[in-house]
Amino acid sequence: MTRVVVDVMLKPEILDPQGEAVVNALPRLGAGQVASVRIGKRIELEFTEGTDEKVMREQATEIADKLLANPVIEDFTVRLPDASEAEPTA
Amino acid sequence: MSTVESAGVVDTVGRAQATPDEPQPFAELGLREDEYQRIRDVLGRRPTQAELAMYSIMWSEHCSYKSSRVHFSQFAEKSPKTDRLLAGIGQNAGVVRVSDDLAVSFKVESHNHPSFVEPHQGAATGIGGIVRDILAMGARPVAVMDPLRFGEASHPDTARVLPGVVAGISQYGNSLGLPNIGGEVVFDPCYQGNPLVNALCVGVLPVSRLQNMAASGVGNVVVLLGAKTGRDGIGGVSVLASATFGDDAGAARPSVQVGDPFIEKLLIESCLEMYDAGLITGIQDLGGAGLTCALSETAAAAGLGMRVALERVPLREASMLPHEILASESQERMLLIVEPSKLDEVLAVARKWGVLATAIGEVMPPAADTGPRLIVDWHGATVVDCPPGSLADDGPVYRRPMRPPADRDLVAVDRAETLPRPADAEELKATLLRMAGSPNLCDKTWVTEQYDRYVRGNTVLAQPEDAGVIRLSEESGLGIALSTDGNGRYAKLDPYAGAQLALAEAYRNVAVTGANPIAITNCLNFGSPEDPEVMWSFGEAVRGLADGSAALGIPVTGGNVSFYNQTGMVPIHPTPVVGVLGVLDDVSRRLSSGFANDGDRILLLGETRPELSGSEWAWQEHRHLGGTPPEVNLVAEQALASVLRRAAEVELFSGAHDLSDGGLAQALLESVLRHGVGARVRLPDGLDDFVWLFSESTARAIVTVPRGHEAAVRALCEENDVPWQPLGIVDSKMDGLDVDGLFSVSVEEMREAWQPTLPALFDRSATPAT
Repeated sequence: MTRVVVDVMLKPEILDPQGEAVVNALPRLGAGQVASVRIGKRIELEFTEGTDEKVMREQATEIADKLLANPVIEDFTVRLPDASEAEPTA
Repeated sequence: MSTVESAGVVDTVGRAQATPDEPQPFAELGLREDEYQRIRDVLGRRPTQAELAMYSIMWSEHCSYKSSRVHFSQFAEKSPKTDRLLAGIGQNAGVVRVSDDLAVSFKVESHNHPSFVEPHQGAATGIGGIVRDILAMGARPVAVMDPLRFGEASHPDTARVLPGVVAGISQYGNSLGLPNIGGEVVFDPCYQGNPLVNALCVGVLPVSRLQNMAASGVGNVVVLLGAKTGRDGIGGVSVLASATFGDDAGAARPSVQVGDPFIEKLLIESCLEMYDAGLITGIQDLGGAGLTCALSETAAAAGLGMRVALERVPLREASMLPHEILASESQERMLLIVEPSKLDEVLAVARKWGVLATAIGEVMPPAADTGPRLIVDWHGATVVDCPPGSLADDGPVYRRPMRPPADRDLVAVDRAETLPRPADAEELKATLLRMAGSPNLCDKTWVTEQYDRYVRGNTVLAQPEDAGVIRLSEESGLGIALSTDGNGRYAKLDPYAGAQLALAEAYRNVAVTGANPIAITNCLNFGSPEDPEVMWSFGEAVRGLADGSAALGIPVTGGNVSFYNQTGMVPIHPTPVVGVLGVLDDVSRRLSSGFANDGDRILLLGETRPELSGSEWAWQEHRHLGGTPPEVNLVAEQALASVLRRAAEVELFSGAHDLSDGGLAQALLESVLRHGVGARVRLPDGLDDFVWLFSESTARAIVTVPRGHEAAVRALCEENDVPWQPLGIVDSKMDGLDVDGLFSVSVEEMREAWQPTLPALFDRSATPAT
């Protein structure tokens, strides 16, 4: 496994205008029971075959902190997807 | 967090009475021991958690102006009386009458600290905040401007901060549909750890629509309008705006706010509809200090009480505690005071625009024994019960110690006039080109092209002109001109003169459009008021501005103070930024810069002296800052403004451009590059060529005079005692600028020097030249 997934979300206390716009549109689709929507982004990093798991985690964390996320207003998680999670449908 | 909240108990007034000795984190909230004791004296008990939060915010430097207030009485004492002034200092923004039925509201504010922590959102919410201030006066916001100051242009952190700030301003302002008509971009190492992001907004209102903040009328309903309340910037005002950044600013990671310009747009339209329908008794925007500030200021302004059911406030996060709701700085909210009979209509207008509106409280009569009280309930239990005036008006006032800098005399004698100068014509030309490419004088298009300058269709002039001009009336052509200026280097050398020089430059920039300057606003950016040298420079700047306002005969209508702009112990240069508003009776007669018509005579108005200390040349070529700044002559500024105004009215000039940073050399270069039309000039006698080109003497402008008007212009100048010098002629066959007997410089050479600086530094999409 050479893939690392980084999920970036706005911190819970930060306003998400995009999410607000979606939640306000949902009643028009008949999905009025949705109370809140938060929108983030998922980034997939493919490391070269055989890279050490610990190295992948460390590098992905550094990449996320310095480039992918804005730590002032966003949180991120780094994970190595397990086998049950589907490969990209390319 | 205190033990009270972690235990899930709400700290009510009853509980505060029962547990008088419970320790409270007042110091962590920025309150001094004696300030905390005063709160206990005011209340006759310990404050509740919510009250402590409210006092800590309202008594912070940012909200209480506790260090600056003693200096501001000068504005009231010295400001000239005028019947144009409809709202002045102490209101959300100044309002001045520009015609029988129209008035203009304008103000500049700082958003320095948030913009350093998170440049994009910090700058964006800075626009949002100043726009709501203008809206709260009853005006429709019509334009914004941004005076910006950053550290060294080539520093890596400037590459982080500047693009973010510019993107934030453009994202919020462009989304709102407001043209950005000017401002400044200045670089100096003193702003490296503390950039200055100031934002100005201007709005227009019929005189009869003027609003005020007082929560008057017992029984009236208190309505919260706009976005839901979340945990945005909790304590942001007292923590963000009053603390200084250490080296590791990232570690604190305070909770910054994210705004939504589309909600703000709906807020603007709904408020304007309510004003026009006469539904609003009082209104206040929620900015820094959120509900705390809005509730206490509206109640205090009316001298009445207020009772609020806090659980009615619509929340983004249900778990929020009373003190968090009161301190939240969530954006895009306004507080309305509405008569009960008009409440349904107000709610209907809000619904139409898709904005939340919630009745959260009621205006109360003063209690017979204790006077007006601000009472906040939380699910039936009282969590705040205090006099609103004690929060809004009776905060601490400090007369901070002031001391002139110890090295003042040494700096004053270290004059730039003695520095080595270009030796020959070849070096003069090289200096002109190097200076034109320097970050402070170079082309700012890379920044301003990211802003929408012409949306709404009323922009007459915008950057790179000296002032922004907006048309207010299509029928009469009535318009306004606005400029903001400030020079931290001048103010560092002499803060009294520095403030007046900023005022003089903004005044002149407005005047060169042909407008009549009528009002002043300001944003005073300084270091820590606890530093006696900073406080001295602040006192001097306020005195300079107040005296300048009196001398020019135009009032200071309001402003903003930003303290604690420093890194460690090192403050920024004192940076008073001054905005001047002018009126143009007919914008079709405004003057713009740039050479355009073949054969026009070029004149230099005003007197040139060998004044180089604090100049762009001294800084750029020698990294020198010493001596005394150019002489201030406000009488000469007024005379120059009279000539420009009169000449614009009777169309004697084809163009005008103010002389300031970089002197005549820079003004000539900009005038040629404006339309790519060349000129042949000859420097007058009497002074060194170098002084003619690079001195920064004030009260000067270059103007172009169509053939046949020379005699009239000469008479006009003589009548007003404005010295003038013939400089040369506009010549479309000349490629660039020919300075007789010295050098010629082509348009191409000038463009290659002037244009690429900012794109090369900040354009990430630019591909390296191959």
